[in-house]
Amino acid sequence: MDYIIILIAAVFVNNIVLSQFLGICPFLGVSNKVSTSVGMSGAVLFVMTIATTVTYLLNQYVLIPVGLDYLRTITFILVIAALVQMVEIILKKVSPPLYQALGVFLPLITTNCAVLGVAILALGLENGSLVKAVFFAISNSLGFSLALIVFASIREHLELANIPEGMKGVPINLLVAGLLSLAFLGFTALV
Amino acid sequence: MAEMNQKQNFLKGIIKENPIFVMLLGMCPTLGVTSSAFNGLGMGVATLFVLLMSNIVVSLVKNLIPAKVRIPAFIIIIASFVTIVEMILEAFVPLLYEQLGIFIPLIVVNCIILGRAEAFASKNNVMSSIFDALGMGIGFVLALTILGSVREILGSGSLFGLTFLPETANTFILFILPPGAFIALAYLTVIFNRLTSKTT
Repeated sequence: MDYIIILIAAVFVNNIVLSQFLGICPFLGVSNKVSTSVGMSGAVLFVMTIATTVTYLLNQYVLIPVGLDYLRTITFILVIAALVQMVEIILKKVSPPLYQALGVFLPLITTNCAVLGVAILALGLENGSLVKAVFFAISNSLGFSLALIVFASIREHLELANIPEGMKGVPINLLVAGLLSLAFLGFTALV
Repeated sequence: MAEMNQKQNFLKGIIKENPIFVMLLGMCPTLGVTSSAFNGLGMGVATLFVLLMSNIVVSLVKNLIPAKVRIPAFIIIIASFVTIVEMILEAFVPLLYEQLGIFIPLIVVNCIILGRAEAFASKNNVMSSIFDALGMGIGFVLALTILGSVREILGSGSLFGLTFLPETANTFILFILPPGAFIALAYLTVIFNRLTSKTT
């Protein structure tokens, strides 16, 4: 039951992008085409799950016993940066077209606050355990994917729309994101 | 001439290359913590401090760091200062620390800071880097405070915690909720673009 609540809360109620404002950069940056946003979602799912697993274990078995938990921010960001490099190398080998599409944005996952944010938030879960933390990470990356892909498909339609000159580009995208966030607000009572 | 350049380094961050309205960097804290003017200002100042310190250190050690590992090195420098800010805030302004919550450690991944370290401080001397950091930082503080004020005025009828509307008055609660952040920023960007395109 706990797990179902975590899943629903992460995907709909406290959606990581639309209500917690983590990962806005890739949300605005790679959302102009559905295909790239799908790739980005995959990369985030992969990185976020591994990063949370590693950082959770690191925090539990290294930082806390040694009493260095104030170094959490530094260690976590280093682990994430290393992981992103790894994903980049793997993608280059396994799927060159995807690497081509994501090339510029992959290093940006390092500075994607969603990944670090989820890794830190996962430590604060009630009755936390490794399984729960990993499940939390997966749920959140699904929430990220949902928001990103829905947003990208709306943006594809926007290209054909007749938009006032001053609203073109960033403002209209922010407005769309605002309306999307408003729609997700409707899920509030769900959990 | 040199003085002119410093002035330019300083001023460009405030208007021409404003990190929020023009470059769209550091959007997460911008949207996440600006439900009131005070939070926006606090976040802005914390970021300004980290930006300034990391710009200084990066420009000092730029020749010692091999090009290949410069990004991880920058991140460590930035993360150290973020940890300092985290401790200072927790010790002296616990209320703000609680309000900003997760967004304090997340200053590490604020693209503005790494962006300035990479694009400016790693190529320029200390003085220019200080002015660059101050300009960018103040541009960021201004943007956050304005956004926070707009949201607080519309959403809770107050400014910096001072209520000026009677309690019974209806306010746009929407603006202190998440969607309000996007909508307020969208319109502020329109206004900002309008104003800057006229003056230049």
